[in-house]
Amino acid sequence: MSKFGGSNNKKDVPAITSSSLSDIVFMLLFFFMVTTQLRETENKVMVKLPEASEVVKLERKDLAAYINVGSPIRSLQSQYGTDARIQLNDSFKTVQDIRDFIAAERDSKSEADRSYMTTVIKGDMDVRMGIITDIKQELRRCSALKIMYQARKAE
Amino acid sequence: MGKKKTPAINSSSTADIAFLLLCYFLMTTTMGSQTGLQRRLPPMPDENQKVEDIKINRRNIIVVRINANDRLLAGSEALDISQLKDKIKEFLTNPANDPNLPEKEEKNIENYGKAQVSKGIISLQNDRGTSYKAYIAVQNELVKAINELRDDFCYKEYGKKFASLDEEKQKIVKEIIPQNISEAEPKDTGKKK
Repeated sequence: MSKFGGSNNKKDVPAITSSSLSDIVFMLLFFFMVTTQLRETENKVMVKLPEASEVVKLERKDLAAYINVGSPIRSLQSQYGTDARIQLNDSFKTVQDIRDFIAAERDSKSEADRSYMTTVIKGDMDVRMGIITDIKQELRRCSALKIMYQARKAE
Repeated sequence: MGKKKTPAINSSSTADIAFLLLCYFLMTTTMGSQTGLQRRLPPMPDENQKVEDIKINRRNIIVVRINANDRLLAGSEALDISQLKDKIKEFLTNPANDPNLPEKEEKNIENYGKAQVSKGIISLQNDRGTSYKAYIAVQNELVKAINELRDDFCYKEYGKKFASLDEEKQKIVKEIIPQNISEAEPKDTGKKK
């Protein structure tokens, strides 16, 4: 009956090959590499988003232009003060620069998608409405009418 | 002769390397999608074109004002933000057909038939000194009021929540209960002294 191993088999249990482990991990790795989006621009303003319960998801992330509004980060406060500022792309801008910014963003999108472009206003919750109103007026002038006030989902 | 066998390269450490990379991407990734309140701004009136005053019946409009101290005024009474939602709901539904609340219009809606659509418009005004947080909170209450009305309607008509309806029915509901929030031209309401 030694055909089925018997006492002979217990001697050397084959080691579990761990070579496929790396494959599994690589698969996970690729998943995260594909889904990840590294922060493109460095934040120069501190934005603490306001909370809202009725938020909706931004549908086309690739068609969004971001306008950050808030007071400058601590390391820049000595240079720029603590007043709320507008950040477009990588630098502080004024309301008048929004026009060029929107035009540039529009150019970067494909023609078919241009009308779906959303301007996301990422405002700090302590910002005054004056600056937001200015931005809104400027956006109306550039006819970038689809906007979104970014907010965190409140539980 | 020692050339019988080449020893296999120990590959167990590749998993560790991959784990390190994995951890790096796990840390840097931002999976959370962006959320917020979507709005459509009204187009800028043409400068050459004379602005026609669109006559809106007074009863059809409710003005929600937020002043520089983040205090709220809806219609003619000062309200707390927690009361705003019910006020808006009452305004939009006008259950008792009050002559001071907005009139309703019978509209023929595609794929649905006749429905009573409220003509009410919410006009949101803010001061330059209003805080963004208060503004978003008010916007949120307005959306909440409308969403609740839509949900109520959907339960009555389809027995389902608005979010779980298909696109076609959502469109119908959106037409019956529209989201008419106008963000008016900036005005200074209640300057801070």
